[in-house]
Amino acid sequence: MARRKPFRWHIAVFLAPAVLVYTAIMIVPLFGTLNLSLFNAAEQGRVFVGLRNFATLFGDPRWSASFWNALGNNAWFFLVHMLVQNPVGVALAALLSSPRLRGAAFYRTAIFIPTILSFVIVGFVWKLILSPIWGIAPGMLDAVGLKSLFAPWLGREGTALTTLALISVWQFVGIPMMLIYAALLTIPDEVIEAAEMDGVTGWSQFWKIKLPLILPSIGIISVLTFVGNFNAFDLIYVTQGALAGPNFSTDILGTFLYRTFFGFQLQIGDPHMGATIATAMFAIILLGVCFYLFAIQRRLRRYQF
Amino acid sequence: MSQARRSVSRSLAAHAVLLLYTVIALFPVFVVVINSFKSRRAIFADPLAVPTAGTFDLIGYRTVLAQGDFLLYFQNSLIVTVASLFFVLLFGAMAAFALSEYRFRGNMLMGLYLALGIMIPIRLGTVAILQLMVASGLVNTLTALVLVYTAQGLPLAVFILSEFMRGVSDDLKNAGRIDGLSEYTIFFRLVLPLVRPAMATVAVFTMIPIWNDLWFPLILAPSEATKTITLGSQVFIGQFVTNWNAVLAALSLAILPVLVLYLIFSRQLIRGITAGAVK
Repeated sequence: MARRKPFRWHIAVFLAPAVLVYTAIMIVPLFGTLNLSLFNAAEQGRVFVGLRNFATLFGDPRWSASFWNALGNNAWFFLVHMLVQNPVGVALAALLSSPRLRGAAFYRTAIFIPTILSFVIVGFVWKLILSPIWGIAPGMLDAVGLKSLFAPWLGREGTALTTLALISVWQFVGIPMMLIYAALLTIPDEVIEAAEMDGVTGWSQFWKIKLPLILPSIGIISVLTFVGNFNAFDLIYVTQGALAGPNFSTDILGTFLYRTFFGFQLQIGDPHMGATIATAMFAIILLGVCFYLFAIQRRLRRYQF
Repeated sequence: MSQARRSVSRSLAAHAVLLLYTVIALFPVFVVVINSFKSRRAIFADPLAVPTAGTFDLIGYRTVLAQGDFLLYFQNSLIVTVASLFFVLLFGAMAAFALSEYRFRGNMLMGLYLALGIMIPIRLGTVAILQLMVASGLVNTLTALVLVYTAQGLPLAVFILSEFMRGVSDDLKNAGRIDGLSEYTIFFRLVLPLVRPAMATVAVFTMIPIWNDLWFPLILAPSEATKTITLGSQVFIGQFVTNWNAVLAALSLAILPVLVLYLIFSRQLIRGITAGAVK
């Protein structure tokens, strides 16, 4: 009889717990949420409404104004991270990996510390520091004669979002730094030695030799930043509250989802519109990830060893 | 000669920049911790001064430990984090072993399926997760949080651990098979001890987001008995916003545990990143 290959039970036993938990708590609810966005609450339970929730989200002036505001803010939030966090992270990693640098482990640990702190701590600490009442920031600016520059940055519509983005950059700069540092360490010594033989040293060595080699890591960091930023919620929630003040100027998709799904003050929670927003976020993140995989990752392959 | 001098000045410049950034990174933490040990008046009079004999005061810590249910929150966080971490490491390692050790139909596909969760945040499924938890009566239990965090941690754990398990020598495992060990014994007795460094890396990466998460405790377990320390200190800050001593002490207490764990594991962390995640 066909006893060529007995069923290997141990493979199933090894895989089952992880696959079951992951499927039940992550994948099924993810699709459940996507599915929920196609329904609406009605008197006799819920009714299928097709894409009408999306029409409301994008078409109804009240909803669409909030949505585009949150999306625009989110894009700016992401842009600040790309323009500040990642270049600073790469620069720090480049300095850290310079040969025979003493105390590299100390710097690495210290600079990574903000990353391990919770948003509650980070948000509150920066609120205190920037507060005009306690006055650490104005006091320090005064000490260098720049007190006129101080303003309640978190309280003004024009500056609140950028300030929050910079706080988030401060917190997470350790991640690109660590990943790039690790990537720089894996560059073979022969490559560096060959560059030195050819007289390529210092900054030009970084730009011409190392940077092209770490581009794949920068790509991964960019997509991680993208996913993280378009899924952010906590920092805005703990500093500005669920209403993302002043006047919604710091509202991003995460806080918009929370308010819609859960309800806040005058607003009643609506799981169906919440699911619709979550689906929109899912689509945005998926687009970003696919763009990275197909447009960027493939082109970067040839730089790898 | 000139080359040597140039390299000295370059290394001085590197130190200067790194030191400056270290100060920027640590400054806010420093401000909170020193002020948590000061009397109320000293906090306002000179926020940047270190506490002296005259300004030293533990009133903040006394208030926090007396008023808030801080110890309960702490315990909740600890239970949730440790339990999730245990399941992520155990289930993750088992799945990683199956994926890296055996060739079977759908191996690649299963790997991709499990890796999907690295890129797609579990938060997007919140609406349905809440419905699921309500339906199964798990709302406001720590079990709900443990389940969610286990699911959240598994993709990265499987990804990193299978990368490491490919590096474990086949000869060792085959020797075990010849000696008649079962596949389970090979996994638990031979392979698991060898990938312990990778487990530490995964533990750090898994633990920090769980300990610090605000979203799921807020939605799945906001009751007084199940609050985690992150949610608890968020509420605490809201209630006691005028009691600065207490707030600063609460923040210092909340920083402490992660900081200690991070300092213990930081060496493992960089080794893990170098060997596994970025290739």
